[in-house]
Amino acid sequence: MSDTVKDTVKSSRGRASGGAPAPDGPSERPGATAVLRNTTLQQPRLPRWAPAALVGGSLGAGILIGVLGNLDSRIQWGLIAALIYLTATFAVTTAVEGRRQAVDRFAASLVWTSFVVAILPLASLLWETIARGIPGVSWYFLTHSMNGVLSWQEGGGIYHALLGTVQQVLLASVIAIPIGLLTAVYLVEYGRGRLAKAITFFVDVMTGIPSIVAGLFVLSMWIMMLGFGYSGFAGALALSILMMPIVVRSTEEMLKLVPGELREASLALGVPKWRTILKVVLPTAIGGITTGVMLALARIAGETAPIILLVFGSNMINANPFEGAQSSLPLFVYEQWAFGTEAAYDRAWAAALVLIAFIMILNLVARGIARWKAPKTGR
Amino acid sequence: MPATQTDSSPPGGLEPAPRRPSAVRPGDRIFSGLSKGAGITLLVIMAAIAVFLSIRAAVAISANEGNFLTTFEWDANASPPYFGIAVLLFGTVVSSVIAMVLAVPVAVGIALFISHYAPRRVAGTLGYVVDLLAAVPSIIYGLWGALFLVPQMTGLYSWLDQFLGWTGIFAYDNTPARSLMTVGILLAIMILPIITSVTREIFKQTPKAHEEAALALGATRWEVIRMTVLPFGRSGVISASMLGLGRALGETMAVATVLSPAFLINISLLESGGGTFAQNIASQFKEAGSMGRDALIASGLVLFLLTLLVNGAARLIIARRKEFTS
Amino acid sequence: MAKRIDVTGLTAFYGTHRAIEGISMHVQPKSVTAFIGPSGCGKSTFLRTLNRMHEVTPGGRVEGQVMLDNEDLYGPGVDPVQVRRNIGMVFQRPNPFPTMSIYDNVVAGLKLNGKFSRAELDEVVEKNLRGANLWNEVKDRLHKPGSGLSGGQQQRLCIARATAVEPDVLLMDEPCSALDPISTLAIEDLISQLKSRFTIVIVTHNMQQAARVSERTAFFNLAAVGQPGKLIEIDTTDRIFSNPSVQATEDYISGRFG
Repeated sequence: MSDTVKDTVKSSRGRASGGAPAPDGPSERPGATAVLRNTTLQQPRLPRWAPAALVGGSLGAGILIGVLGNLDSRIQWGLIAALIYLTATFAVTTAVEGRRQAVDRFAASLVWTSFVVAILPLASLLWETIARGIPGVSWYFLTHSMNGVLSWQEGGGIYHALLGTVQQVLLASVIAIPIGLLTAVYLVEYGRGRLAKAITFFVDVMTGIPSIVAGLFVLSMWIMMLGFGYSGFAGALALSILMMPIVVRSTEEMLKLVPGELREASLALGVPKWRTILKVVLPTAIGGITTGVMLALARIAGETAPIILLVFGSNMINANPFEGAQSSLPLFVYEQWAFGTEAAYDRAWAAALVLIAFIMILNLVARGIARWKAPKTGR
Repeated sequence: MPATQTDSSPPGGLEPAPRRPSAVRPGDRIFSGLSKGAGITLLVIMAAIAVFLSIRAAVAISANEGNFLTTFEWDANASPPYFGIAVLLFGTVVSSVIAMVLAVPVAVGIALFISHYAPRRVAGTLGYVVDLLAAVPSIIYGLWGALFLVPQMTGLYSWLDQFLGWTGIFAYDNTPARSLMTVGILLAIMILPIITSVTREIFKQTPKAHEEAALALGATRWEVIRMTVLPFGRSGVISASMLGLGRALGETMAVATVLSPAFLINISLLESGGGTFAQNIASQFKEAGSMGRDALIASGLVLFLLTLLVNGAARLIIARRKEFTS
Repeated sequence: MAKRIDVTGLTAFYGTHRAIEGISMHVQPKSVTAFIGPSGCGKSTFLRTLNRMHEVTPGGRVEGQVMLDNEDLYGPGVDPVQVRRNIGMVFQRPNPFPTMSIYDNVVAGLKLNGKFSRAELDEVVEKNLRGANLWNEVKDRLHKPGSGLSGGQQQRLCIARATAVEPDVLLMDEPCSALDPISTLAIEDLISQLKSRFTIVIVTHNMQQAARVSERTAFFNLAAVGQPGKLIEIDTTDRIFSNPSVQATEDYISGRFG
């Protein structure tokens, strides 16, 4: 066998030397690359402890300048330290390791710095909410309304707001989920041509609608034009407009992940298309779809703006979302903040904590489902 | 709906044809009709939003005694009503631009950190945390901004005033920092997780083959990122930024809680005053009469158009980018 | 400046798993050395330890010594970037940078190392595209994206890109496995030409290819799935294919397994 192989080699080599122009001989090299030749693999490098020392040194310098310069804001200290760190890193590496390495290290330290700069406010946000919120959260707080509690008084609770949020979010999802799911099915399974393109485009546009605009729309149509009053349902209408595009997008993504072979296998067995979609395609993607829907729920549960316009706010428990003003958790936070008294601030933080917890639980469950169902897509 | 049937012929063509001649099953017709109907409902809603907002806006604008675009006042409840969006447009654009300038570079930095710099385990957790932060409601950012961030900014602003006060833009009078700048910073913090989250996903999808090609040529980590990750992710970064910009433009609560509004345009970004569309709607709504509401709806329509513009621009950029790369 | 490679007692890990164990061999300068063996025997992993690409994989770790002439690639103070700069690599799938033109792809590595005049770059591009037998096909569209080429052309572009920085060694990881037979032949021709300038190491699944292009062949195998891959024998290609000293090699070559 190897003999025949060798023959092929010879013939192909012969062909090559005849055809293509011969490359430059090994001895001659153009000037451009000759400059590049590096005889050694060893490069002068900073010791391993250098980055840590730079971080420590610049932090120290930042604090020192802050204290000596009598700067009252910690933000200034941090900014000075970051600036010193970045310039020092660049200067030191340029001196020791050369320019390319310096740029590399500079980029790395910039990335690290931006990470720290960003994580601090976000950590502070969570910390403040938890630290200031925990004292106010109690069973009483969760099970009573604000009925008869004046803004400067202690006490009161968020039961009415919780009830409102849950009802509005559920109503919104009852409207938005079927429309969103079916639209996604249309786009992935049936949609061709101009209509599908238009829908895809407007779903994108809809994703970008500010929540307050959705609120204004329902206000102008439902309340001003059709003459209905403020109600939880009006709020739910606006929330459903915000929810639909999210559901469509995430469902679409998931349906696209379902392998075409699966559909073909089912169709080849003589199963009608609609049953294929219902029994094969949707169940395969159900994990991802659920995740998308829950993330959408979490998103709208925190919306305040349309609620201000449409649900109006109330201190009392109103269990009927179709009539009369209700409250909701985010709206409650806003109202309490607006009162501006210490007691109201405490309630605002406590309610904010409950709201965050509510949304985080939704998120965690959603991501749990995603992880649980994920391996099938093989990514 | 025979048209839809033939349109979807690739999988349909695999059916064992002889047993069932191409009769349209009622189940198929109902189901495809339903799903098509849902899609059309979406279109109808979008159209309705444009139509209803326009009708109310037309009522308000035709009654307006001031110039809708240039008037610096908002007396929509007076008779005759006298209002204009100049201040709101300025405030909305300025605060969003500040937010973008601050947030986009940092977001790209964090996304790179998570996708290429952080140790693998840390990166996984971080990605998770960023996603969770993206879900924190804006009212909570607002509460935190008003009660925690505003007092923190005073020192920084007097510093800026000291060094850059001469520009006028950074002049500061030591009043509480309820200014467009603070709003911009808060918006930046808010949209950071969203931009990061999208950007990181794109960066992570950079083909390993390209990164290895760069590495094998003797590129440093930064050079690998510059040669492969950034070009690959550019359109993703743009669309993520536009997503963030859309959020910033339409953000209501974080602005309403932090800004101390006034119908004037302040040269200094650090001093209070100004307003944004969304903030103005939320804070004026409860006092607004019938004409007042129509005026607010008119301003909402402008906001709507503004976000449409931003989204459209993003889409165009991405489409052009796609053409170039493929 | 083609250099020789001397490997002593090399073991590579993925996390705690040993992918290859105790490999020692010499690679001659200005010749082609082929690595053959069944799938999963670690020949690609071994190749990637030769330019420190293995440690890029999460959990990748290497023990042992790889001398490039007189320098240990894994010695203290050695910069992996410098190693990869001196030891080029061509991958299984052609991977030109999609956002760069053909021209920019060729000079991509060069541009990292400093500033060059347009004329110098032009010269390098022409020389290396000629060297990759690609010049005549692309000279009229140098500034079009490299992704517009056919698979075989893309792979030759990648070879031009690797040779443009004038490495000491060229590593090729199954460079033809994603290509059609005609493109494969073109690449094999190219390899035979390139060995006058570079030390070439090629991993291949295709034994005829190893026989056609290489002077020396190394056979890798693993005792069982989950066991680390080992070097069974290395010898001149003629001997490996006609008269190997180990039974397993003969079994593999004659198609009895793998």
